[in-house]
Amino acid sequence: MGQSEPSLELEELGIEVATVESVVDRHGRDPSAVIAILQDLQEEVNYLPEGTLRYVAERLDIPVSKVYSLATFYRAFSLEPRGRHLIHVCLGTACHVRGAVKVLDTLEREMGIAAGETDEQMEFTLETVNCLGACALGPVVVVDGEYHGQMTGAKATRLIKKLRRSEQE
Amino acid sequence: MAQVERLRGSEHLERLRATLAAARDPDKTCIAICTGTGCLAGGCKQVVNAFREEIERQGLADEVDIRTTGCHGFCERGPLVVIHPRGIFYQRLSAQDVPEVISETIVKGRVIDRLLYEDPQTGEKIVYEHDVPFYKLQRRLILGDNGLIDPTSIEDYIARGGYGALARALHTMQPEEIIDTVKKSGLRGRGGAGFPTGRKWESCRKAEGEPKYVICNADEGDPGAYMNRSTLEGNPHLVLEGMVIGAYAIGSHEGYIYIRHEYPLALENIALAMEAMRAHGLLGENILGSGFSFDIRIARGGGAFVCGESSALMRSLEGGVGEPRAKYVRSVDRGLWDKPSTLNNVETWANVPHIINKGLEWYTSIGTEGSKGTKIFSLVGKVNNTGLVEVPMGITLREIIFDIGGGIPDGKKFKAVQTGGPSGGCIPESLLDLPVDFDELTKVGSMMGSGGMIVMDERTCMVDMARYFLSFLREESCGKCTPCREGIARSLEVLDRICNGEGRPDDITLLEELGELLKGFSLCALGRTAANPVLSTIRYFSDEYEAHIRDHRCPAGVCKALITYSIDPEKCTGCTACARQCPQEAIRGEKKAAHTIDQSLCIKCGVCLDTCKFDAVLVQ
Repeated sequence: MGQSEPSLELEELGIEVATVESVVDRHGRDPSAVIAILQDLQEEVNYLPEGTLRYVAERLDIPVSKVYSLATFYRAFSLEPRGRHLIHVCLGTACHVRGAVKVLDTLEREMGIAAGETDEQMEFTLETVNCLGACALGPVVVVDGEYHGQMTGAKATRLIKKLRRSEQE
Repeated sequence: MAQVERLRGSEHLERLRATLAAARDPDKTCIAICTGTGCLAGGCKQVVNAFREEIERQGLADEVDIRTTGCHGFCERGPLVVIHPRGIFYQRLSAQDVPEVISETIVKGRVIDRLLYEDPQTGEKIVYEHDVPFYKLQRRLILGDNGLIDPTSIEDYIARGGYGALARALHTMQPEEIIDTVKKSGLRGRGGAGFPTGRKWESCRKAEGEPKYVICNADEGDPGAYMNRSTLEGNPHLVLEGMVIGAYAIGSHEGYIYIRHEYPLALENIALAMEAMRAHGLLGENILGSGFSFDIRIARGGGAFVCGESSALMRSLEGGVGEPRAKYVRSVDRGLWDKPSTLNNVETWANVPHIINKGLEWYTSIGTEGSKGTKIFSLVGKVNNTGLVEVPMGITLREIIFDIGGGIPDGKKFKAVQTGGPSGGCIPESLLDLPVDFDELTKVGSMMGSGGMIVMDERTCMVDMARYFLSFLREESCGKCTPCREGIARSLEVLDRICNGEGRPDDITLLEELGELLKGFSLCALGRTAANPVLSTIRYFSDEYEAHIRDHRCPAGVCKALITYSIDPEKCTGCTACARQCPQEAIRGEKKAAHTIDQSLCIKCGVCLDTCKFDAVLVQ
C-alpha cells in the first residue's frame, strides 16, 4: 500500500479507531463476514470513507482491492458522505406504473441534485430504491424512515418545501 | 425472555401446546391489528397505541386482548383491524376511530357501518373478514395464520400446532421418507424457476462431501413483489420450521438465511424467532430430544438483485462479490464453500410443514397437474385491491385481477399484466383466462417468477415498461459475462431512442436479435431471461412500438419526448390551481377563464395534470 498507516487515516477523518475495532471484533475478525462488517460500519459512520476500507482490509488480512470491489458492487454501500436527511424514492414496478418517474423528476428539479447526490449544505441526500414493498401506497417517498404515499409531482414539491422550512427552524 | 424449558420430545411439545391452548379462551374478545410494513406506513402504530390507551382507560384490560400481527394482505385498505371471535373487519382505521370502536363494538357489540369495507361492485357493506371478496376467493395456506398470531410469540405459533410437523418428522420419519413425501407432493421451487424441491433435496442428500448446507433465499429482489417479506415478518416460525425439517432430511447441520437489508422488520422477527427456538430446544443441539442438531445464521443482503441467483447468493455468503457461475457444477454437489448445498425460497420452505402435517393426499388435491399447492402473488399497480393474494395454482388471471383484485381503478381499461419481475413478460387481455401455473405462464412468454403481478392499464406505455425493466437490469447485471452486460446495455440504447422519438424502422428486428443473444449465451438466469420484457411486449403490443417509431406518438401518453400537455377550454374553470403550481410559469390565463400552456416553456413535468380537479389537462 505504501501510504499512511490505516489508523492514522481514520484519525484524520475524525473516526474513532475504537469504533471500527469494535465492529470488526463483533464479527470475530472473520474475512467471510466482511460484508456484514461494512454494513455495520456504514451504520456507525454514515458512509464508507476510503480509510475505513483500508483499515478493514488490514485487520482482516485481505487485499484492499477486494474490500473496494465489495463496497462498490453492493448497492447498500456509499463511498460518499450522505446528508443529514435521507430521501428515498421507490422505483419499484408498482410505483413506476403509477408515476414514480414524475415524482423523482420533480424532486431532482426542486432540490437541484440528481438521484444519488447530496446537496452542498449536506442537508439532503436523494436516493432511489428498487422496491420498498409498500406497493399499496405507491408512488412512495420515504424521508428518514417516514413513508409518504400516493405521491405526485405536486405533492413532492410541497414535501420539499416543508422539509426545507423545518430544517431552517 | 423468561427462562423456558427445553422441549425434550413430541409429547413434551404436545403438552406445551395443550397447556397454551387451554389457557386461551376462544370466546374472549381479541383485537388483531395488522402491523405489516404496509399498514405501518399507513399509521397503524398510532392505532395500536390508541387501542392500548383506551382499553386501559375504560378498564377493559382483563376482558380484551390486543394482538399485533403480521401482514393480513389487504394492504390497499390498511390499517386493518379484525375483532375476534366474531371476525368483524374494519379497514382504513385511524387512531381517532378507536374510542368509538371500543365503546360501540367491543362494549355494546354494535358494528360501525362507516368502518366496514364496501364492495365497489355491489355497494354492499361487508361485516366479516371471511366475506370480503378479496379474502373469500383465496386459499391462504401460508398467509392464513398471519392475521391470527403475533410473530414475536413462539407460544402463539405452538398453540396453533406449530412445530408439530417437525416433531413428526424427527421422531417418526426417516430422512429418505421425508424426501419421498416432498417429491410426491409435487412441490416446486417458489423462487421462480419451479425446480422440483424433493429432487433437489435428494441430490443434495446423496452428494458427497461434508458439511452440507441448507440456505433460505430471502433476498426478495423483484421490484413490486413483497410476498416473502410478509411471510418472514408475519410468520417467521413457519419458514424456520420448514428449514429444520429440510436440514434433517438432507443431513445438514448448518444453515443460512439470507435476508434483504431493506427488510429491517423481517430481520428483527427472524432473529427473535430463532432466539425463542433455541430457548425451546427447537434449534441448536439435540433438537426436540431427537439427537439431531442444526443451527442457522442470518446474513444480510447487500442490495444486489443478482444475489437472488443461487450461485451468486452463495458467493455473497462467503463474503465475496455476488457473481454467478456456470451451472455445469450444480450447487447440490458443490455450492457454498464448495460443499453440497440446498437453497430454497422463503415460500418453498413455508410449504414444507404443511405437507408433513396434513399429508400428501390433501396437498396434491390443491393446484394443477404440474404445479401443486398455492402461490402467493403480490397484486400491485393499476388495480383496486392492491395486496398479497394466495391462490390455488390453476386459478385464472382474470379471477385474480378482477374477482379478487376488484379490477382497474378510475374506470380505466385493462391493458396487460406483468408477471415474473424483470425476468418475466407482459400478458395481454386476450390471455386473461389463462390458468396460472409454472408451465402455462412460460408458454406465453412470461414466467411465474417469485410472484410479482403488476397490473397495467391504458395509461401504461408498453415500450416504456420494457425500457424500465431493461434499465433496472442494466444496473443489476453483475458484468461478469459479455452477452448480459453488453446485450442489456445495447437493448436499452435502442429502447431509449424509441421512447425519445428517434426509433429506426429496423429497431424491432434489432431488439429481437439482441434478445436471442441474451437468451442463448448469458451465464445465468438474469441475462437469459432479460429479454422477456422486451420480447413479450413486442409480441403482444407491436402496434405501440410502431406508433413510437413510425408516428412519433406514445399512445399511452407516457414518453415525455412524444407528448404535449394542453388544457381543454371546455373543462377549464379558470381556478388557477395549475398556474400556481407550474414550476415554469408556463400556464397563463385570467381567473375564471380558460387557461393555456405555453409549449415553449413547458417541461412536461405533469404537475398541472396532478393538480387539476376538473380533468381539464390533456396529454396527447
